[in-house]
Amino acid sequence: MSDQPRLTSWTTLPDSERAPADNMSPVDPVAPDLKPTLFERYAALSAPVRWMTSAAIGIFVLSLVQTVGRDDTTVLTEPGTAGAMLRFAVPILLAGLGGLFSERAGVVNIGLEGMMILGTWFGAWGTVNFGSPWAGLVCGLVGGALGGLLHAIATVSFGVDHIISGVAINILTPGLARFASDRLSEADRNSFPTKWEGGSITQSPRAGGLPKINVPYLAGGNDTYNLLGEIDDANIFFVSDVAGVLEGFMTQLSLFTVIAFALVPVSAVLLWKTRMGLRIRICGERPEAGESLGVNIYLYKYVGVIMSGAMAGLAGAFIVMELSNVYREGQTQGRGFIGLAALIFGNWRPVGIMLGSLLFGYPFVLALRDGDGVGTHALLLVIAIALTAVMAWSIRQANRTDATIAGGLAATVLLWWAMTDVAPDWLPNTMPYATVLLVLVFMSQRLRMPAADGQIYRKGE
Amino acid sequence: MTHPTIRRIVLTVGAPISAVFFAVLLSSLFLLISGSSPFQAYIDMIENASRLETFVDILNEATPLYISAIAAAIGFRMNLFNIGVEGQYLLAAFFAAAVGGYFAGLPPVLHVTLILIVSVLVGAAYAGLAGALKVTRGINEVISTIMLNFIAVGGIIAWLIREWADDTGATNSGTTPIDESGRMPSLNGLLEVFTREISKGRELTGVLLIAILVGITYHLFINRTRIGFDFRASGYNPMAARAGGIPPKRMVMYAMLLSGGVAGLVGMSEVLSQRYKYDQSFIQGLGFNGIAIALLGRNNPVGIAIGALLFGFLNASSGILQITGSATPEIVQIMKGIIVLSAVIAYEAVRRVKLRDEARSAAEATERMSTEPEEALA
Repeated sequence: MSDQPRLTSWTTLPDSERAPADNMSPVDPVAPDLKPTLFERYAALSAPVRWMTSAAIGIFVLSLVQTVGRDDTTVLTEPGTAGAMLRFAVPILLAGLGGLFSERAGVVNIGLEGMMILGTWFGAWGTVNFGSPWAGLVCGLVGGALGGLLHAIATVSFGVDHIISGVAINILTPGLARFASDRLSEADRNSFPTKWEGGSITQSPRAGGLPKINVPYLAGGNDTYNLLGEIDDANIFFVSDVAGVLEGFMTQLSLFTVIAFALVPVSAVLLWKTRMGLRIRICGERPEAGESLGVNIYLYKYVGVIMSGAMAGLAGAFIVMELSNVYREGQTQGRGFIGLAALIFGNWRPVGIMLGSLLFGYPFVLALRDGDGVGTHALLLVIAIALTAVMAWSIRQANRTDATIAGGLAATVLLWWAMTDVAPDWLPNTMPYATVLLVLVFMSQRLRMPAADGQIYRKGE
Repeated sequence: MTHPTIRRIVLTVGAPISAVFFAVLLSSLFLLISGSSPFQAYIDMIENASRLETFVDILNEATPLYISAIAAAIGFRMNLFNIGVEGQYLLAAFFAAAVGGYFAGLPPVLHVTLILIVSVLVGAAYAGLAGALKVTRGINEVISTIMLNFIAVGGIIAWLIREWADDTGATNSGTTPIDESGRMPSLNGLLEVFTREISKGRELTGVLLIAILVGITYHLFINRTRIGFDFRASGYNPMAARAGGIPPKRMVMYAMLLSGGVAGLVGMSEVLSQRYKYDQSFIQGLGFNGIAIALLGRNNPVGIAIGALLFGFLNASSGILQITGSATPEIVQIMKGIIVLSAVIAYEAVRRVKLRDEARSAAEATERMSTEPEEALA
């Protein structure tokens, strides 16, 4: 991803690059008297190193919070939480990548949620009827892709507004899924392709997931040495927490999760290193220019939107097979929209989307694992720290408005943390959405969506 | 083809009719696949709808949908997508129900008015938040309102409903039920003047009058006022509107506040004449259905009324399909989706045909103008 313009990672945007291009300073950028600040040095690192550093800082803050926070906050970094975080991030990640393919091709996809619902139903149907989770995975993918095809027909061929088509798809798909389940519940339930024994209108029969593995030597798979577990048990500040998180990632790891995270580099390579990716991206940036160069814009928009649906379908299949082992009506819980949020948070970039999905999946995990709300409560302190960092950054940028807003919010959250002992149970469910709004409030100037995103393109107009 | 005026009328009316026709065709296909007779299902639906009680049901269903669609339409007129009608009406209904339940023994008219005012203000404030984020921070209203929807339902309401719960030990906890004085009288008497007595305890909601009032006001506001004109101008061509001295940011704020204020009224038929409180099973999804109806009705108050009645009819029909067993009730949901999708496609197709017509007539006119002087000279 070295050919990406650096404008991409707003978290690490160096000062020198924030200046507009026409405002080039006469001073040579490598002039010896300009000592690079810590921040600039950090920004000069390669992208993977930067992301890993960010992750390490994140864990460091968490372990710091555990140390200064009240007791019982170990839930924040214990291996089980880390593993669950990975699992809960996957649907958001896949939905976000789905949004990426669609919006890079210039089509806004509000219908991700609906395509995800198709994915859940088809995933369950495939698993039950073919008796294999792999078949379920493929069926979920195809089901979602069909939803994408519908969106593409409406938006690309007929030029319907993207939001309108998405809303219609979100209205249509729950009805379709319900109708199909009803049809199966009525039919002969034991023969292919209508096997639905034990299912009902709102629920499918049990649909298990893909095989799970423990990574050998690192996390004790195949009765080998559990290196990370040992380090975690040693209870060294920060080091044990990192080991705990890594151990959690590698224990009971589903192959589906591995596939999902492998799709991050795959998407990046596909979109930025291949001819097809370039053509998809030109649909989202300058379709007229692409057409003048002989690119079939409609075709590549179709490709992008159908791939988008396929990813959303995979996300749905994952929810069925790995999170609940059954199709249940309404189980997507707005994750398609959170995926959209992760897409924006990640600035329309695969790695950013991955970070966003981990961030937004985390509160869901705590909502499940942290029954007494102590861990979530500690998270308030993390938010306060993050807001303080934003404030410091804004002061440095001489942006008084932002500094005031961030400071005020930081003080409020800090006060909330100090005054209470546990977090209310509604907080984890709200955090992803509130985080997105906060990120947009402070970062929206630095986000850059594809230039022709959401515009209706008509050939020759 | 034929006379241009006739052609234009055929095109305008033809789009929604062909969309509904297509939807019926596709739904019939679904019904045939599922092994039920489409004709029987449609006969059951229409027979059911012809009964007076079902007619009341349809109007009751259509009332909140109509208000919701008008709320969405106000935004659409300015090319703003207020996806947040959903969150706005739920939050507004919650606060209105809480305030209404808190005050007991107020004079009837005052009590109802108070509830209405609270709902409008809360709806407007919540939509205004999205508007403010858009004008000050440039955040797209689609994204911010989606997030605000989740925050309203999963955060604010989930938090306060337990704080303010009526602790009578009921499983479905909610706000304190509103006193008799804060309830909207039903319109049964009014309807019975024209028809027979309404049986089975059906009550026609009084909020229907508010819905009609909202529709008329919307029409007058958009078509007869200066600011309504500014709205439409900004919607058609924001650049030209700005050049014409219409402040775009202020317009966005106005549109969001108005849209949100109307959205606040969506939950009122539930609060004032059905449930009299906000509880866990308060009706959801009216916002998204409203968006669909606004699209069906092309943001026109009469068109929206027809769309709302159509959706009301479909909602009221799902029950009878369940009872007679002639088809699965889920077909109703599918029909809604197909109608909306085929309607927007039909509208778009017609719009393009019209554009082509216009281009052709313009070309012909230009041709005439370039040939006429020569004729005059000769």
